[in-house]
Amino acid sequence: MSVPNSSRIAPWRQTYWDWRAAGNFIFGGTGSGALVYAAVIPGAAPILGPLGAAFVVCGLLCVWFEIGRPWRALNVFSRPRSSWMSREALIAPWLIATGSLAVVPRLAELRVVAGAFALAYVYCQARMLNAARGIPAWRHPRAVPLLVVTGLAEGAGVGVLAGSLSAPAIATASWIAWPLAGLIALRIAAVIAYRHGLDRDGAPQNLLRDLARGAPKRLAVEVGAIVAALAQLAWPRGGNLPIDAAALLAVAAGWSWKYAIVVRWSYNQGFALPLTPVRGVGVSGPGARPGW
Amino acid sequence: MTRYVMVVDLRRCTGCQTCTAACKHANGTPPGVQWRRVLDIESGVFPNVRRTFVPVSCMHCGSPPCLDVCPTGATFKRDDGRVAINYDVCIGCAYCAVACPYQQRFKTQHAQFAYGADPTAPEERQFDPARLGVSTKCTFCSDRIDLARETGQVPGVDPDVTPACVNSCIASALHFGDRDDPQSNVSALLRENRHFRMHEELGTDPGIYYLTDTDG
Repeated sequence: MSVPNSSRIAPWRQTYWDWRAAGNFIFGGTGSGALVYAAVIPGAAPILGPLGAAFVVCGLLCVWFEIGRPWRALNVFSRPRSSWMSREALIAPWLIATGSLAVVPRLAELRVVAGAFALAYVYCQARMLNAARGIPAWRHPRAVPLLVVTGLAEGAGVGVLAGSLSAPAIATASWIAWPLAGLIALRIAAVIAYRHGLDRDGAPQNLLRDLARGAPKRLAVEVGAIVAALAQLAWPRGGNLPIDAAALLAVAAGWSWKYAIVVRWSYNQGFALPLTPVRGVGVSGPGARPGW
Repeated sequence: MTRYVMVVDLRRCTGCQTCTAACKHANGTPPGVQWRRVLDIESGVFPNVRRTFVPVSCMHCGSPPCLDVCPTGATFKRDDGRVAINYDVCIGCAYCAVACPYQQRFKTQHAQFAYGADPTAPEERQFDPARLGVSTKCTFCSDRIDLARETGQVPGVDPDVTPACVNSCIASALHFGDRDDPQSNVSALLRENRHFRMHEELGTDPGIYYLTDTDG
């Protein structure tokens, strides 16, 4: 099957959401994950609360630089009944406020509230991408758990790194490697399920080709992160290097997955004909679905 | 109820792009933005190959994905089935553009003209700064349809109140009218011909029907 005189029939890569949109998912997911980490790991909130909130603010700034009419940005709050973007925007101020205030010792318990907002925020982000029905890589239902889990894994990575820099005793506690390794393992499972889902349910050839090229490299990084986390468990007195390396790889891999999903693998639906028309005499012909 | 739809007779379309030009002329869209265009799709394997010309534009879906995702309320649905955009409310987030499975949303950040920095006389006349930095798309020539409410003329029958692309079609491949009126031109065409709608499996209830053959 060939496509004459125009490449814009088979699915092509959307260009409306670029690195700035990816930045929102990257920083928003990492910041949310860090706040969830702060909510469950004792002693992490004073640093991770404001740090997580700062990540989320960075993500929102990325979006602000992308929208065409930034001075109307407050209109984003208008449609929470149907739009996941509105819902994300409505949660953001509460998440930022509670996360930032968790630095105050008397308000440390706000970390739990911030963690709850953060979970809601990262879920909104995942659903927001998933609601874009024009992009097969985003609308697949398995994209949702992948985006949530990677946000949590990145947050755990940031939490470990922040703890390592500020309170080595927390970071090197051997059990800290378990949640990090567990979340990375969960992300590997989510990636594999996502890829199988796209293979099974159908996706543009370009997307499947890019996935086949890009996924193994990133999965290798994930495995490296797990090995480093397990090394920390095996030799807990050997210093922070293995767990720090695992955390760094967990963050880098997560950012790489999200950049790829939002920017590189965002092929649109393209056009398709269930039938081709009769010409003169005869009957309708078989359909055409270029690029699928 | 009224549901304005377009019916495209794929048997008749010659791929001349007159509708594309008429749309640009009527709506003053900038270079690179085509609210309407005609795809040229070749399919099959030699010697059984087919070439099909497929006019596409906003499908004015009954269940528009662009409407659900819009965070501002800029995208809305009129009571006659048309999907419209309030340019004064849109923030240009392009969420609708990635939600549309027909690739029929456009965003232009800066003024662009066909021959460099200065607009031609028609471009100057039609230039609308409200369209910069926001989402735009085919409106089914909304000013004409709205005129029908004042004059009592019938869209799809009277040229003054019919979309420019339909008026311009040299092959009578494009038809416009009220699907919910059983006496309308489009209802008759849909009754008498085999038809499909694009990407119907995505649940969008698109408002453009493509005819491929007589029914039975």
